[in-house]
Amino acid sequence: MNVELRDPNIIMKLSRLGSFHQSRLSFLRSFLNEFKDWDYKKDLFDLDKDGFGIAVYSFKKRDRVYSLICYANKINDYERSDRVIATKWDAAFTLHDGVPLKEDIERLRNEVPKQEVGRLSYKELTLSRANKSVRVFDHVVESLSNGTQPNLDLLKKVGYLYRTTAVYGSGKFGLADRFRIKNREEINGPFRLEMMLVYLVRQFTFDQVNHVAKKRNPKLAVNLDSKICRNLGIGNSTGLGMAPFIVNHPTLLNNWILSREVALKKIREIKIVKTKDISLFKECVKNSIKNITSWNTESEYQLKKIKLLLQDVRKFTLFLENEFNFKKDYPFNEIYLWLEKETCEECIEYIVSIMMEPFGEIVQPLVGQMSSEEEKYFNIPTERNVKDLKKILENKYSNILKIDFNKENNNQKFWFISKNKEEPRLANRFKENGGDLEQPLAIARDIKKLYERLLSLKKNLKINQFLIDNSDLRHVVRRAFIIENFPYSEIQDNTIGENIVPIDMLRLKLSFFGALKFDPRSDKWLRICMFQGAPLPNELKNYDEQWVYKTFS
Amino acid sequence: MKSLSEIETTAKRASRAAGYSWGIAEEVGKSIRLSELFGFPGIKHLNQYYQNKKKENFNDIKLINKVNKSNGLSFCPITLGVNFIDQVKDIESLTRCSIEKLAYPLLLLPFLSRGSEIVGKKLLFSFDDSKFLLNFNTSVSSNFWNEEIPVLANQVEISFLNNEDNFSDQDWKNLYKLAEDTFVEETDSLKEGAAGAGLTDND
Repeated sequence: MNVELRDPNIIMKLSRLGSFHQSRLSFLRSFLNEFKDWDYKKDLFDLDKDGFGIAVYSFKKRDRVYSLICYANKINDYERSDRVIATKWDAAFTLHDGVPLKEDIERLRNEVPKQEVGRLSYKELTLSRANKSVRVFDHVVESLSNGTQPNLDLLKKVGYLYRTTAVYGSGKFGLADRFRIKNREEINGPFRLEMMLVYLVRQFTFDQVNHVAKKRNPKLAVNLDSKICRNLGIGNSTGLGMAPFIVNHPTLLNNWILSREVALKKIREIKIVKTKDISLFKECVKNSIKNITSWNTESEYQLKKIKLLLQDVRKFTLFLENEFNFKKDYPFNEIYLWLEKETCEECIEYIVSIMMEPFGEIVQPLVGQMSSEEEKYFNIPTERNVKDLKKILENKYSNILKIDFNKENNNQKFWFISKNKEEPRLANRFKENGGDLEQPLAIARDIKKLYERLLSLKKNLKINQFLIDNSDLRHVVRRAFIIENFPYSEIQDNTIGENIVPIDMLRLKLSFFGALKFDPRSDKWLRICMFQGAPLPNELKNYDEQWVYKTFS
Repeated sequence: MKSLSEIETTAKRASRAAGYSWGIAEEVGKSIRLSELFGFPGIKHLNQYYQNKKKENFNDIKLINKVNKSNGLSFCPITLGVNFIDQVKDIESLTRCSIEKLAYPLLLLPFLSRGSEIVGKKLLFSFDDSKFLLNFNTSVSSNFWNEEIPVLANQVEISFLNNEDNFSDQDWKNLYKLAEDTFVEETDSLKEGAAGAGLTDND
């Protein structure tokens, strides 16, 4: 049986992309898989009694070493902010390429804590900072120093000791450009070094909390139980900074989504599923319910989605137990069709992610196809003609061409870069200044404009002729020729309409990172948790691949 | 040191601010990145050009011909560069083209380099006393290394070079003969036993 790939006009809608969940394809899981046989080491741990100082952690294999350098600093409570406007953090981190020399550590001591206003070098690969969840951190220190383990209910509710508020890579602030390292086998997957940084930061938070407790009460203090550590992740606060990324990297976006779609297609095409695979799938669905019931948020938007998700997953569980027969041919195709008919988008994508769990042999080869050599697709094929371009627009943007951008509500927002923080923002063009400095992120509107302009032109006019007098649309001409070969490269939705929910764009990217517990704090920023339930560095040699569904079990 | 990613982003944004469309600004970002990667002062010249552009007018070329005469104003290297990569497959048939008065010729160089890759031919870019050989967008050879590159080229010539060897037949024969010293002379028994296929394959 040949199952068609899902229609981009459905999958690339923002509401669907904003319903994606982590899966075996997620970058933090593929990072663990890649680095599981590397040697992990705590190379330096020089903190004072309050936990301030420097620590270095590394992963090593043969001649290659990656070192996380941590700088933990004292800050006042009033200085602690997750917003991008902050200038001080409880800790700042960089991932250094190789073993840092003393001079490197000294040089970076002056730069890393300054984050965006500091300067890094080509020897540094990623940069980040994090703030304590003060409530949890203090409680854990207090408990451990008194010789007891902390209150699990509090830990379950928050899920981490520290929250990162940005993770930078790929040439930002002087960091190494990707071209310097892209041929390294171990980082043949997106954001792998960003994932390594976050993972090692998680270990630092455990070591720091143990250290402070021990210094506070050397005789009585105990270490945080490793099972509790495993069930803690690293939090993250994410704002609009992530949203333009998925628009500005069309072939990369395509490769992420295409991998997911190919995995689903192949799973639906399995005629007879082995008993052990059926059991693993059922077990993951069952265990995953704990991830939903422990998903805390005050966002009404998300609460509604969680409620519906829980209801539909329970409905699905009953269907699996009472009605469904796995002995049918192509059982996962039957399941998928049932989900489409009976459940919400959030549940469909949730179960699609779980479907991948038993099928490492399908998923693993796709992990290596999730990067993109974007430069290759940059040049516009200007020898093509207007007829070709018009046909692409009609085939690939059919829903977008129906949007009327003359209506104010469809053209209400504009994306811009703030002068103060050089970060992306979204505002109402009819109420705020700055619309004339709009970023090229209104792809749907500009595609429609391109289509309308093509209508009056001769079909055989070559694109190089068209571009002479229409350079204002050059950016979307380039995109149209990209989508011709990369069907999932474009969000099939209006990113400037009055009803846009920007966190859908963030959620898409974060799901591919492997984030859990999406907690929107507004329509423009959210908190998440990463690596909750993941093996600790000293457990990597032999770990349960389905750890994500076994937190607090 | 600035990363290439920072160079590309800043050149792109500055180009937009200088009045180019986003699509052209993207092209400039890529080209300045390439220029700096090749070791040429792309940022310096772009900055000077955009400062000058505020005070001076430049000639925007549209269709590139075999001979491109100035109307008195210098040609803008950005519009010339973008049109060059757009039209390079048509221009290739001209074999060579000339441009009179080009501002900031260094800014054209990365566009020509990209054009060289698109058509799969080496390009010779020469102006006044300077020569640059662009090799399929992988490298640039120049007689102008480490010297101040002029901000105005009076007479520019761009030539498409045929794909030809850089060596004589005799050089090749001599080297090939030496390479043959790694081969084993076949005896009759080796002829019979060492090859995969049979001696006759008429079945």
